[in-house]
Amino acid sequence: MNQTIAVICYIILAPIIGGLLEGLDRKVSARMQRRVGPPLLQPFYDVIKLMKKQVIVVSPAQTFALISYFALMLLTGSMFFAGMDILLCFFVMSTAATFLYFAAVISSSPYATVGANRELIQMMAYEPAVLLSCVGFYLIEGTFNVGEIAFSKTTDIIYLPGFFVAFVFILTIKMRKSPFDTSTSHHMHQEIVKGLTTEMGAQNLAIFQVTEWYENVFLMGVIGLFIMNGTTTNIIIAVVVILLTYFLEILIDNTSARMKTDMMLKLSWGVTLFSAGVNLLVLMLVR
Amino acid sequence: MPVIPFLILFPFVVAVLMYCIRVNKIRNFIAYISSVIIMAAVGILTVQWALGGAGNIYLYNETHLADTAILVAEAVLMIFVTILCIKYRKYWISLLSIVPTLMMMYVELYGKKTEISHIHVDHLSILMCLIVGVIGGLIVIYAVGYMHGYHHHHTDIPDRRYYFFMLLFVFLGAMFGFVLSESLLWIDFFWELTSICSFLLIGYTKESVAVTNSFRALWMNLMGGTALAIGIMYFNMTDGDMSLTYLVQQGVELSPFAAIPIALIAFAALTKAAQLPFSTWLIGAMVAPTPSSALLHSATMVKAGIYILFRLSPAMRGNTTGMMISLIGGFTFLITSVMAIAQSDGKKVLAFSTISNLGLMVACAGMGRPETIWAGVFLMIFHAISKSLLFQDVGATENALHSRDVEDMHGLLYILPRLAIFMFIGIAGMFLAPFGMLIAKWSAFKASVDSENILMVFFIAFGSATTSFYWTKWMGKIISHTHLTEQRIKDITKTNEVISLTVHAVLMIALCMSFPILSKIYVSPLLIEMFGYSDDVLPTEVLIMLVIIILFVFAVPLMAFIYSKKQKTNVKLSYMNGVNTGANRAFVDSFGEPKTLWLSNYYFHKVIGQRKLMIPSQLFTVAILIVMMIMIIGGAK
Repeated sequence: MNQTIAVICYIILAPIIGGLLEGLDRKVSARMQRRVGPPLLQPFYDVIKLMKKQVIVVSPAQTFALISYFALMLLTGSMFFAGMDILLCFFVMSTAATFLYFAAVISSSPYATVGANRELIQMMAYEPAVLLSCVGFYLIEGTFNVGEIAFSKTTDIIYLPGFFVAFVFILTIKMRKSPFDTSTSHHMHQEIVKGLTTEMGAQNLAIFQVTEWYENVFLMGVIGLFIMNGTTTNIIIAVVVILLTYFLEILIDNTSARMKTDMMLKLSWGVTLFSAGVNLLVLMLVR
Repeated sequence: MPVIPFLILFPFVVAVLMYCIRVNKIRNFIAYISSVIIMAAVGILTVQWALGGAGNIYLYNETHLADTAILVAEAVLMIFVTILCIKYRKYWISLLSIVPTLMMMYVELYGKKTEISHIHVDHLSILMCLIVGVIGGLIVIYAVGYMHGYHHHHTDIPDRRYYFFMLLFVFLGAMFGFVLSESLLWIDFFWELTSICSFLLIGYTKESVAVTNSFRALWMNLMGGTALAIGIMYFNMTDGDMSLTYLVQQGVELSPFAAIPIALIAFAALTKAAQLPFSTWLIGAMVAPTPSSALLHSATMVKAGIYILFRLSPAMRGNTTGMMISLIGGFTFLITSVMAIAQSDGKKVLAFSTISNLGLMVACAGMGRPETIWAGVFLMIFHAISKSLLFQDVGATENALHSRDVEDMHGLLYILPRLAIFMFIGIAGMFLAPFGMLIAKWSAFKASVDSENILMVFFIAFGSATTSFYWTKWMGKIISHTHLTEQRIKDITKTNEVISLTVHAVLMIALCMSFPILSKIYVSPLLIEMFGYSDDVLPTEVLIMLVIIILFVFAVPLMAFIYSKKQKTNVKLSYMNGVNTGANRAFVDSFGEPKTLWLSNYYFHKVIGQRKLMIPSQLFTVAILIVMMIMIIGGAK
């Protein structure tokens, strides 16, 4: 019963929270750049306007791939908030990401294809850290089950600082924020135009946007999982940590220039190996 | 059970027929019938064994006639290989055949003799029989159509199809013999037979590359065979019993005589399973016609190495041999999946992915726990089907497209839709959630965490990222909007090829769906047989949830497809800074001329190509093997 409620809450609230987070993102970014910035609800206005527009595509199959991406991401988040196996969640997420790649590459548009190929490298960059984080949870809690991890008495981050660092690092890649916004850039007038999303217009772009919100809420949920230990006060701490992490992402986004993909790959794998690796070694030796 | 000798001998009889009949139509007909008979025989064997209680069955204690026949056949093989080696001036390779054969003859004639059974039927050997019989049989059916087209296009290659089909059937017979044998001497004979078969298949075209590659395959595999022979002779001289089950039993009980033979047999399995440093023979093997690649990669040759490692795995748990095997396997899994990224030749990608997946199975065997063997068995099943499907499909695509380069498959879905869909299914089965391979990888991952094997955890975490990369970019190529709209390409796939492909695809999807049942009724008993107990690797709820997700993953794209068909869309040209020429694959360049656009994937071949990585990783694995073998022979536990 609780699971059903959690899933329904996720499906209804995630886009709202995700949209608000993005509004906040834009506002804070603007202030960092000494601009006034758009209103907090701007992302919602954008999506509503996009929904009303005529669908323009290069290949009709784009829509199909994007809808699959959306549905699978919804499934990922639902499984996570229903408290199921965390590895399974990430596996379904990687399938969802594959469909996003398809949505871009299916168009055979030069900019979209370049963006899609870079997105693939990004996937390769973040996957090891994701899998290792799951191992971290498993070593502490003895289970991959999200529900049991969240409501157990231990605060995982105490034992998993290295994993947390690695996860936050790859979060920048996953959220396509600078310096790792290689697959899609924030502004149209850059070398890959809008990369991955170049050929997505109107409703399709709206689907992409909403899916990103769902995805961000899911990822923030994972950050929360590092903190959760089953007490009520702890939830507040978790929310604070999530907001701080998000703020950190915005800060990094606004203070760094884009990196080349090969550099990104080396750096993320290096951080994963060093930070999560040392943590893992210590955990396995101490246990 | 008379069906067992039938299963082993029948393919040899058919092989002789294949060689003698030089009329294509009659030979093809017999090939069809025989492969159906083989499949039926495997079915009968399975049913008989299941009705008999599905347990361990040991048969044939008195086999004087068969022993003599094998002795003679060994001598013939030795002479045959020696003659070929002399003909092609590779004199030293003949030593690798002469020495082990003489050793085996010595053991056979003058070695210690104990009463043993020669045939052993249990879950694992039945599973192997099913893989060899069903996949192998389908490959033969496919080969009939493929070879017809092959010789139609390659007129420069002498048409020796009688010889080719003879080899295919000898190979199948040798594999049945290998997986059903209990006697170590028999195992050695069939082992050598598969090595020589694959050598001859690779050299089929007699081109200079084929000859070079076939001799590389020969010496690597014969070296493994030599290690196997030394191991068997050592065990015969120290202990005296010649049965595989007994050897493994002794290994589990830490008998001082068993450690060295087990290490040597495991080493031999590494050569057969094409693990680093011996991977190059399997990559070279793709010069042969596609059916033989499909056979080598999916149903026979390499799976023989995996089979013997699975047999030995209880005796490898937690000792140096196990460490060596899992280290080599894990390292191979990671590094060959990295090398696969740099390949654009479709068959080469498949070859590297085979080696990589075998690496994971080898590592699973080396860890020697029920959970890892659970994962290994599923990896083997799904890999056999997916890889066979993919090889056959790439072969059929090559016949139509005249290229097997992944870059040339841009928009294959619009050019050769049927083959593209099969290819898509095959690739999805190789890595995508929630298909079989991924679930198996998942449990291997979990098991290596449980056994505190940190290196394995890293190998799998990084290796699965690189694996996804090279498969996904291939899938992307297939579905991309086509470059080649004006060019019409005819799908010339023969009916029998399509039958084989369809059966593979259906089989794979069916197996994905019946995953939990398969695990419960077949793989768990297999583990109990092997280890005496079995843990629920993935709880049944998780497995059922997986099936639901599989349905979801199938349903979503289907529904999305129907929805997007109905949706009114406005199709426009893709964005090219306003310099489109009006066609989606051209733009106006800085001289005002229209220029064709080509899209290509990333390969990074200068950084991670085979030339860059192969030799260092070979050196590294050779060093590991030498050090560990010295430790084992020196008596390390």
